[in-house]
Amino acid sequence: MKNLIYAFVLTCCLLLCGQLTAQDSNGKKYSYNRDIRPVLADKCFACHGFDAKQRQANLRLDLADGAYGLADSGQRAIVPGNLAQSQLWLRIQSTDADSVMPPQASHKSLTDGEKEILMQWIEQGAEYQGHWAFEPIVAPTFKEDSEANKQSTKLSIDDWIEKPLKELGFSLSQEADHPTLLRRLSLDLTGLPPTPDEIDAFVKDDSVGAWEKQVERLLQSPGYGEKMAMTWLDMARYGDTNGYLHDILRTGWPWRDWVIQAFQNDKPFNQFVVEQIAGDLIENATPEQVLATAFCRNHLITSEGGTLAAEFLNEYAADRVQTFGTAFLGLSLNCCRCHDHKFDPLTQGDFYSLQAYFNSITEKHSENNTAVAYEPFIEIASPLAPDGEKAKVMIMREAPEATKTFVLTRGQYDLPDANRPVSRTIPAIFRSNDQEFPATRLGLAQWLTSNDNPLLARVTVNRIWQKFFARGLVQTVDDFGAQGDYPSHPELLDQLAYQLQHSDQFGASHAWSVKFIVRQIVTSNAYRQSARVHAELMSKDPDNRLLGYFPRQRLTGEELRDQAMFVSGVLSPKLGGPPVFPYQPEGLWEERANEGSNTKVYKRSEPNGLYRRSLYTFWKRTCPPPLMTLFDAPDRTYCTVKRSTTNTPLQALALMNEEQFLECAKLLAIRALGEQSDDTRRMQTMMKRLTGRELRADELEWTRALLQQSRERFAQTPEDATEILKQGVSGVPADYPAPELAAWMVLANALLNLDEVLVKN
Amino acid sequence: MDPLQEYLLSINRRQMLRGAAAGGLAFLGSTALQQILMADETRTQGSEQSHSQNRHGLPHFAPKAKRVIYLYQEGGPSQVDTWDHKPNLSDWFDKDLPETVRGTQRLTGMTSGQSRLPVAPSMFPFRRFENNEDGLWVNEQLARTAEHAKQLCVIHSMKTEQINHGPGITFMQTGHPLPGRPSMGAWLSYGLGTENKDLPSFVVMISQGRGQMQALFSHLWGTGFLPGENQGVQFRASRDPVLYLNNPKGMAREDRRRTLDLISKMNQQQAEQLGDSEIQARISQYEMAYRMQTSVPALTDFSGETAATLELYGPDVHKPGTYAYNCLMARRMAERGVRFIQLYHRGWDHHGSVPKDLPMQCQDVDQAQAGLLKDLQQRGLLEDTLVLWGGEFGRTVYCQGPLEREKYGRDHHPRCFSVWLAGGGIRGGIRYGRTDEFAYNIAENPVSVHDLHATILHCLGIDHERFTFKSQGLDFRLSGVEPSRVVREILA
Repeated sequence: MKNLIYAFVLTCCLLLCGQLTAQDSNGKKYSYNRDIRPVLADKCFACHGFDAKQRQANLRLDLADGAYGLADSGQRAIVPGNLAQSQLWLRIQSTDADSVMPPQASHKSLTDGEKEILMQWIEQGAEYQGHWAFEPIVAPTFKEDSEANKQSTKLSIDDWIEKPLKELGFSLSQEADHPTLLRRLSLDLTGLPPTPDEIDAFVKDDSVGAWEKQVERLLQSPGYGEKMAMTWLDMARYGDTNGYLHDILRTGWPWRDWVIQAFQNDKPFNQFVVEQIAGDLIENATPEQVLATAFCRNHLITSEGGTLAAEFLNEYAADRVQTFGTAFLGLSLNCCRCHDHKFDPLTQGDFYSLQAYFNSITEKHSENNTAVAYEPFIEIASPLAPDGEKAKVMIMREAPEATKTFVLTRGQYDLPDANRPVSRTIPAIFRSNDQEFPATRLGLAQWLTSNDNPLLARVTVNRIWQKFFARGLVQTVDDFGAQGDYPSHPELLDQLAYQLQHSDQFGASHAWSVKFIVRQIVTSNAYRQSARVHAELMSKDPDNRLLGYFPRQRLTGEELRDQAMFVSGVLSPKLGGPPVFPYQPEGLWEERANEGSNTKVYKRSEPNGLYRRSLYTFWKRTCPPPLMTLFDAPDRTYCTVKRSTTNTPLQALALMNEEQFLECAKLLAIRALGEQSDDTRRMQTMMKRLTGRELRADELEWTRALLQQSRERFAQTPEDATEILKQGVSGVPADYPAPELAAWMVLANALLNLDEVLVKN
Repeated sequence: MDPLQEYLLSINRRQMLRGAAAGGLAFLGSTALQQILMADETRTQGSEQSHSQNRHGLPHFAPKAKRVIYLYQEGGPSQVDTWDHKPNLSDWFDKDLPETVRGTQRLTGMTSGQSRLPVAPSMFPFRRFENNEDGLWVNEQLARTAEHAKQLCVIHSMKTEQINHGPGITFMQTGHPLPGRPSMGAWLSYGLGTENKDLPSFVVMISQGRGQMQALFSHLWGTGFLPGENQGVQFRASRDPVLYLNNPKGMAREDRRRTLDLISKMNQQQAEQLGDSEIQARISQYEMAYRMQTSVPALTDFSGETAATLELYGPDVHKPGTYAYNCLMARRMAERGVRFIQLYHRGWDHHGSVPKDLPMQCQDVDQAQAGLLKDLQQRGLLEDTLVLWGGEFGRTVYCQGPLEREKYGRDHHPRCFSVWLAGGGIRGGIRYGRTDEFAYNIAENPVSVHDLHATILHCLGIDHERFTFKSQGLDFRLSGVEPSRVVREILA
C-alpha cells in the first residue's frame, strides 16, 4: 500500500515537474550539474568523494574516471549506458542490508525519485561535467535581431526570467501600481520610504523614462550608500566591541564610513575588494586604502586573562580565511581547518596555504588590555567627514618576516604538523598556468578579482539579486560548492556576472560597477511586477523560484526603525561618525557584562543621537541592539551573508510597545495634526506616508471608529492621555488637548503595525 | 540477493515509474511530495512505536523527559570543593602536585608563570548523604541539595576541551567552542516544538552571583542556522520580563485590543488581496503577543503559591532576578510546558579565594535548587523533567596565588569536573565516573561534552546521530562530528 501511495505521489510530481520545465518525458536529458551532482553530493560523496581519508572501497563518484574505473571490488560503479553492469545502480536498488547503498549506518537513503534520475542518467551515458560554479563564466548571448548592434543592445533580465515561465504557459505578472512601485524602489535603494510629494510627482509623471528618473534620483541619494553598507556590515562581521569575555570597546567606525562612501561613489567592486584585503600593500597606498583593510580585522578579539597568544592569533587568521571564503568565493572553507573538504575539491593544505596570506601581520595578543585598538592600527577620520574627529582603527600591516605556517593537525593550534609546512598559494582548483600572482595578500586579492576567477562575480551578483528578490538565483548564497544549490536561472547568473566584470562594455563608466547591476535589476519588468500571489502558478512553483510575481519581504529591523523615524519626521540626515546609543531598555548590558568590560553600562545618547539611521547604532557584540536581533540581525560574531526572516510574537510586541516606535507614533500624530485640518485628511496623510496609498472607504470607516473610541476613552481619563504622551524625550506641543493627541497617537501606533507597513510589497 | 534478480525486480518498478513523465526533478526538493512522504513515514514509524511524531519525525522513540531545566553555574565551580570529595588530600597541603599527575596538561596564562603548583586541599567539611549506592560525600555548604542524593546522578568524570570561559560556555551550550552554532535549547525547540502556544518554547533567566562574573553572550541561547523562532527568549528581572511586553503607561488592555482589531481587519483584507499566507501568520503572531501580555504576568504572579512552597525556595524567592526567584519561575514554566528552561547563575570563577567566594555562591543556590527539586517531585513533575546542574569546566587542585589552609584560589581545569542530573530518564542515587586522588585526571568512565549532549537528547526521545540540520551543505548535529555516545549507565 505504501508503495502504491509513493508511486502515485511520485507520478503526480513527475507530471508536475515535467510541466514545470516543459520537457518532453521521452527527451529529457539529465544534466550532471543540475540533476545528478546534488544527489550524489548529499548521499554519496561523504565516503566516495574528494576526501581521501574518508574514502571507502577506493571509489570516488565525483569524477568520471573514478566512477567508470575499476573499484577495489574489481567492478565498475558506472558503466555508461549499461545499467545491468553499473554497480552503483545495483547497490542502490539492493534490498540486502549488507550491500545496499547508502549503507544504513550513514542514516542516508535515496528517494525513489532520486534513484529514477540516477538510472536515467546512467542510461543516457552518465556524462560528467565540471562543477558549474568553478567553470568559466559564459559571456552573454545576444538577441538574434540585434547581433549587428551589440554595444547598444540592452541585455534583458526579463528574457531569462520569462523563458521558463512561458514554457509553463505563464508570463510575468502585471506591473504593480505606481505608489507601490516607488515605495518598493525607495526602500530597496535607500532603506527609506518615499514622501507623499515624491509619490505624487511620480504618479503624475507620464513621460518616457519616468521610472529611470526615479532610479537615478535614488541611486544618487546618500541613503543609497547607507543602505548598501548595511548588508556589507553583516558580511564583514562589523561591530563596535571586541566580543569574547570583556567585549571591549573598539573604534572601527571610520571603516564603516569608508564602506558607505565606496558604495555611494560606485567604487569599482574589484578595487573595493582589493583594498579591503590588501589596501596596505598597494604601492603608495593612501590612508583610505589602508583603512579599507580593517575589513580583515573586524573579527572578535579576546583579552581574557590567561588566554594564549598562539591559540588566538591562529583563531584570528583562521577567521580571516573563513570570511574570505564565504564573502568572496561563496565557499565554506572552515571544514578544511580540520580535514580535507568532504564535498568540494579543497584540502586542509589549501586552508593553511590561504591562512599563510593572512597570519603575518604585526599584531600581538592582548591580555587584560582595554585599548580601543590593538597593533597595527592607524589614526584616521571618517572619509565622510575628513575634518572630523579621529579614531584608532585596526588595520593590516605586514610583519617583516612571514610567519612559518604548517598544517595544523585536526585544526588544533598546538599541533602543527612539522612534515607539512605550507606556503602562500591559491587552492589548486583555482590555479591556472596562464597567470602568476605574487605570493602576497595583494597577489591573492589580484587573483580573486581577476576575470580568471568566476566565483567573485557570480557570488557578488547573486547577493545583489538577493537584496531585491529575497533569494539569490543560487539560493545558498553562502555555498557555491558541490552541496550548494543549482541556480534557478544559470544563464542569467552568468550574464549578470559577466556584466559586472565588463560593465564598461555595456555603457557604465567603469568595469565592476555595482550601480550598473542594480540599475539592470530595478529597471526590469521582473522587478516591477505586482506582488499579488499568482495562485495557479504557485501550485506549480510553490517557492516562486521562477519569479512569476514579486516576492514580498518583511523589512529588516534597521529599515523598520528608520522608516518609523522618517515618516514621523525626526530621522537625522547626518552621515557617518561615531556610533550612537538610542533608546534601549534599562539594564540590558549590565545584567550580562563582565566586570572588566568598558562597555558594561549603557548610556543613552543626547537627543541628537536618538534619531540617527540604525546602521549608526552602537553594536555591542555580546548584546546587540534588541530591535535588530529580534528582526533576525546576526550578532556579527562571524561573516553572515543571509538573514533569516522570521515572524514572531516578540516582533509584534516590539513594534507595539518599544519606546522609539511609540515616540514615532506620537510624532507622526503631531505631524498629521499640524499638516491637515480635518480628520479624514489627517488619516489619509498618515496612511500615505506609511504605505504610499490612501485608505479605502471601508478602511477609513474602521480607522475613524478607532479614533473616535480612543477620543472618548481619553476624554474620560485624561490622566492616561498625559501618561501615554510621555513616550520618548520629545515634548508635546500645547496646541492640542492631550486626549485628542493621545487618540491620534494610538491610531498612529496601530497603523505603524500594519502588515503593509512592515513589508515591502 | 543475486544481482541479476535484483535488476529484474527493479525493472518492473522502473516501468511503473516510466508511466510518469520523468522531467525536471531539480525542482522536486521543495514540493509537497516531501511533506507527503514525510507524513507517510511519520505515520509508519508511529504505528511501530507507541508515541506520536511531529513533522521532523521526532521524537525518534518514546521520551522519558519532556522538558529540561538547565541550572548553569557560570564560571566553573570547583569540583574539589563541592561534589568530588578527596579526603586524603589534607596530607598534601602545600606539596607540589606530582609531575606524573600533571602530565602535559596545558596551563592558562594565569598560573603558567607560577614557580610552584602546590596542592590546596579543600578546607570545607564534607558530609555523607544516603544515595542508592555507597553514599555521596558533599560539601556541607550544599547540604540541602545533597539531601536529594537519592534523586541525583553525579557525574565526576566530565571533561571538556576548552580552558577559557568564552569558548568553554559556548561549547557546553552549543557543542562547539566558536560562536554561531545553535544552542541546545534551540535544537530542542526546533525539534520538539512547543507545548504551550502562549509562551516561548525556550526561555533563559540570569541571576547574578557574588564572585567574579564572566560575560554572557546572546549567542549562548542563539539559534545559529536553525530557524530564528527557536532562539531563546531572555526573561528579565524587571517590569518587562519579556522585552516590550507591556503596553505603555496610559494604554489600557482595551486600547490594545482595539488597535489589534483594526490591524487584524486591515491585514485580513490585505491577505485576501495579495494571497500571501505570511499575512495570516502575522495576524496570529499579533494575537499571540496579546495573549502573552497576560500569560507572562500570570507566570510571574506568585500570589497563588502557598507559603509552604515559597519557603522551599528560601527568602530570596520574592526578589526578581535572584536564583531562588528563577528556580520557582522554572517550576512554573515546567508546569506550563516550556520546553527548555535555561538558568544562568553567574560568579563561580574563583581564582582568588575559594574559601571566601564559594560559600556565598552556595548560599545563593543551595536552598533554591533543593527547593526546586522538592517542588518538582511533589507535583510529579520531576518524572518527566530533566534537571541538569553544572558549569563549563572544573578548577585546579593546585593553588593559584599564595596558599594558606583557609585561603587559596584555583585556576581553570578542563580535564575533569562534576555535574549532576536528576529527573526524567535519569537513574537517581548514583555516582558515575571517577577521578584520581587529586581530582585532576579522570580515572574511569570519562564523559565528554558531546556524550552529555547525546544523553540529554536520548532522555527526550532523540537519537543524537539522526537529529541533524543541513547548513552550508553539511549535516550538523548538536553532538558534533567526532564519535560520541549516550551514557546508558546513568539512564533509568
